[in-house]
Amino acid sequence: MNINATLIAQMIMFAIFVWFCMRFIWPPIVNALDARKKQIADGLAAADRGKHELELAAKRASESLHEAKMKASEIIAQAEKRAAQIVDDAKVAAQAEGDRQLAAAQANIQQEVFRAREQLRGQVAALVVAGAEKVLRREVDAKVHADLLEAVTNEL
Amino acid sequence: MSAEAHTSTEYIKHHLQNLTYGKLPAGYQRHDGETLQADTWTLAHSPQEAKDMGFSAFNVDTLGISLVLGLLFIWLFRKVAKSVTAGIPGGAQNFVEWVIEFIDNSVKGSFTGRNPLVAPLALTIFIWIFMMNFMDLVPIDWIPGVATLLGVPYLKAVPTTDPNATFGMSITVFFLVLYYSVKMKGLGGFVGELTLQPFGKFGLPANFFLEGVNLLAKPVSLALRLFGNMYAGEMIFILIALMGGAWAGASIGNLTLFGSQILLSLGWAIFHILIVTLQAFIFMTLTIVYLDMAHQEHH
Repeated sequence: MNINATLIAQMIMFAIFVWFCMRFIWPPIVNALDARKKQIADGLAAADRGKHELELAAKRASESLHEAKMKASEIIAQAEKRAAQIVDDAKVAAQAEGDRQLAAAQANIQQEVFRAREQLRGQVAALVVAGAEKVLRREVDAKVHADLLEAVTNEL
Repeated sequence: MSAEAHTSTEYIKHHLQNLTYGKLPAGYQRHDGETLQADTWTLAHSPQEAKDMGFSAFNVDTLGISLVLGLLFIWLFRKVAKSVTAGIPGGAQNFVEWVIEFIDNSVKGSFTGRNPLVAPLALTIFIWIFMMNFMDLVPIDWIPGVATLLGVPYLKAVPTTDPNATFGMSITVFFLVLYYSVKMKGLGGFVGELTLQPFGKFGLPANFFLEGVNLLAKPVSLALRLFGNMYAGEMIFILIALMGGAWAGASIGNLTLFGSQILLSLGWAIFHILIVTLQAFIFMTLTIVYLDMAHQEHH
């Protein structure tokens, strides 16, 4: 309970402890605490940013989905139009082809008719000649009367 | 209380005496009747001897225990500071960080200036005083008892019940207050603060007296508050310990005393946990406040 030189020794000891603490203990620990605080703040900020970006991405995704839908319906409409057109074209082409074939058939028929008529005419001529022969009871010289016969044939 | 020759008074005196190593003058008659031929550095073997050593003496127990506790603090915190990481903290680092954040918040709450010394100072004060106070919770007879068995005459386990330890800290803090007062306000500013308020320059002697008392009261109150609380607490532990010491065979009275000792020392120890922490906290907070006042222009 006496004040003695212990006082001085205690003061020195205390000062050394405080100095050591100030020099070697406080700064590294507080720096680490600050660093962790910063890390956490950065992390939170990054999370916020991420969330924001997520929202943006979702918005973009729904926008592009919408756009794609629009495009798809447009394409479908176009395709439908095109299909209708193709059908129309095909109809027209078919019609034309039908007409053409009809015309060809008609021409053919005409030709056949013509040919048949020619044939018929020839046969009729022959028949007429034969008839005339019989009528005249004499032979008609085909060579002599060829011109005559020709003229008859043409008249038919 | 092992030696049957001890009386209560001797027991108390024994527990309140520091182990003192100091110089006794030539011609001094020792406790055991021996007369010294020359100046001798020796351990005091009685309170009177310790007193007669005057200023040239060291309380070995105070120095030793506070040194060991201080080194324990330094070692623990340095170990953490070396391996400190900003990532996930381990157990020891968690504890140290918790303490440091607590101190840092206290300093930020009370100290408005900028000074890298204040927070480490507060940390050292808090932990060191806490650990020194905590020695009070070691059962009162253990450490002195072991010392007696080893042939050491006295040993006081709680450094803060020695005014040398508390004044050692408070005077160091006082020097810091003076240093920063002069550094921040200039010598003129500091002297002006001491002499020119509260009554203006015509009340100079009264001002100086009031402010001087105010200034000197800081270290004195700081040291005596801590010392007084711990000393009184120690005293009560000693008195409680005396109850069971009156043991003289199994009788109702003796058993009651014995039981009361156990209950009372338990109760007082639990209450003392609060005092131990509170006194360390008060010393730290007041130090911060005094240093803050030293940094401010007007207060």
